[in-house]
Amino acid sequence: MDNIVIINNLVFEYKDEDTGERTRVLDGVSLDVRRGEFLAVLGHNGSGKSTLAKHMNAILVPTSGTVTVDGLDTADDGKLFDIRRRVGMVFQNPDTQMVATIVEEDVAFAPENLGVPRDEIRRRVDEALEIVGMSAFKRHAPHMLSGGQKQRVAIAGALAMRPELLVMDEPTAMLDPSGRAEVIETVKKLNRENGMTVVLITHYMDEAVRADRVIILDSGRIALEGTPKEVFPQVEKLTALGLDVPQSTYLIYMLNKQGLGLDATALNDEECAAELLRALENRGKGARGS
Amino acid sequence: MLKDITLGQYFPGDSFIHRLDPRTKILIIIAYVVMVFLIQNFVGYIALALFLALCVAVSGISPKYLIRGLKPILVFIVFTGIFNLFLTPGEEIWRWGFLKITVEGVRFAAFMVLRLVFLILGTSLLTLTTSPIALTDGMERLLSPFKKVHLPAHEIAMMMTIALRFIPTLLDETDKIMKAQSARGASIDSGNIFSRAKAMVPILIPLFISAFRRADELATAMECRCYRGGEGRTRLYELKFGAVDVLGWIYMAALLAAIIGINMIFGKF
Repeated sequence: MDNIVIINNLVFEYKDEDTGERTRVLDGVSLDVRRGEFLAVLGHNGSGKSTLAKHMNAILVPTSGTVTVDGLDTADDGKLFDIRRRVGMVFQNPDTQMVATIVEEDVAFAPENLGVPRDEIRRRVDEALEIVGMSAFKRHAPHMLSGGQKQRVAIAGALAMRPELLVMDEPTAMLDPSGRAEVIETVKKLNRENGMTVVLITHYMDEAVRADRVIILDSGRIALEGTPKEVFPQVEKLTALGLDVPQSTYLIYMLNKQGLGLDATALNDEECAAELLRALENRGKGARGS
Repeated sequence: MLKDITLGQYFPGDSFIHRLDPRTKILIIIAYVVMVFLIQNFVGYIALALFLALCVAVSGISPKYLIRGLKPILVFIVFTGIFNLFLTPGEEIWRWGFLKITVEGVRFAAFMVLRLVFLILGTSLLTLTTSPIALTDGMERLLSPFKKVHLPAHEIAMMMTIALRFIPTLLDETDKIMKAQSARGASIDSGNIFSRAKAMVPILIPLFISAFRRADELATAMECRCYRGGEGRTRLYELKFGAVDVLGWIYMAALLAAIIGINMIFGKF
């Protein structure tokens, strides 16, 4: 099977306890997550992106529609732990994901819950800490680590379950720029080298740029979908959805408005610089030619 | 003020005391507490002090640090001492107005103060030499026979672990809130005791709200990692009794015998 998660016409509503009012957070989302891909989900606050993430490991179940993970329906209570074992979750706040007072004990928490034998726990903990580059800190107390390090430990904690899919709900929102870079590098490496399927929920464009595929949510619906090169050049649409575009893309967009006719798919500084250089060279040639 | 709290702090090490199984240490501390109250004369306290001094020396914990742990409850100790000194009836030795000191009062006050000091020092030594995880593990294992009468041993241990885990986080949070409130003009460290107590309200309310929010997030994160109670759980570290534990028990039994002996020989104070 190619798709690890299949979401079919997912609707999620919640009822306000006081007013009895029903609020629709997700409104007919259909989405497949392919094995091995790096999928970024973007959207401004309240677009339903966190809610979508929580459907991927049965923390929330659909009001209508279906979500299946590795062929298991999340609405089936009996399959709850089989589903959660397959989906590692990392949340925004690194402080509220740690249970234990020592890094390695915290990473061991999930396999302990799953009843994994002791030697196997040891192996998984060492391996998970190695992957995120935190082996040197295994006897440390979590509160002595930096934000980026804590998030890497949280990723290791999810990896120790040996999941098929890693869902990250704004894992960098509370970190400083160096912590953000640390976490994103780790995730990217995990996807590339270990073949881990990653769903990254974020509102940072520069993180989404590095994904294989981008989905943009707006008021509980998928507004745009495609590769970063397909999505980000649509500057007007993105701005209308209340999102920023990567700065390089925006620069080229503004230059194109002046009629420069540049390739609009440049997503990062290097690509942007290369495109500008190419345009300048062409111009130089054109000027000499006339 | 918040930096003085030594509770739950742990100094890693590899001493004889560090290597004892947490279950042994918990049992020894229970025996120790019983002895603190069993002792009936000052000779007994000398024996206990020798035992404690030996333990501290072996553990490699700085005695200065251990004694600093008494600071937060100093007021309580002094208050207990004064209370017993003046209010114990008996043979008068000094009187000024309605205040009087009796022979029994002096003895009783000294006893109460000694008991408190010994209790704090002993339990501090336990937490300083035992990692919180080991401590809660030990508790869980010691309580597990009581599961038959529906005592939630695993849940108690898990709650303690989480509480210990969040002490530094909540201290940080308190510090932040205090700074935020003083930045907005709240005076926290000035005024009499009542205005100070009142000033705690704008600190405690945000602290509680954030603690509840954290609890909710933590619960979700635990569920995501397949937590479903103690049933069928395995552990990264299993507890095992070793030769050091047997030695620990022998020392404790010897001390218990000595204390009872001293009580019988020297009688009541």
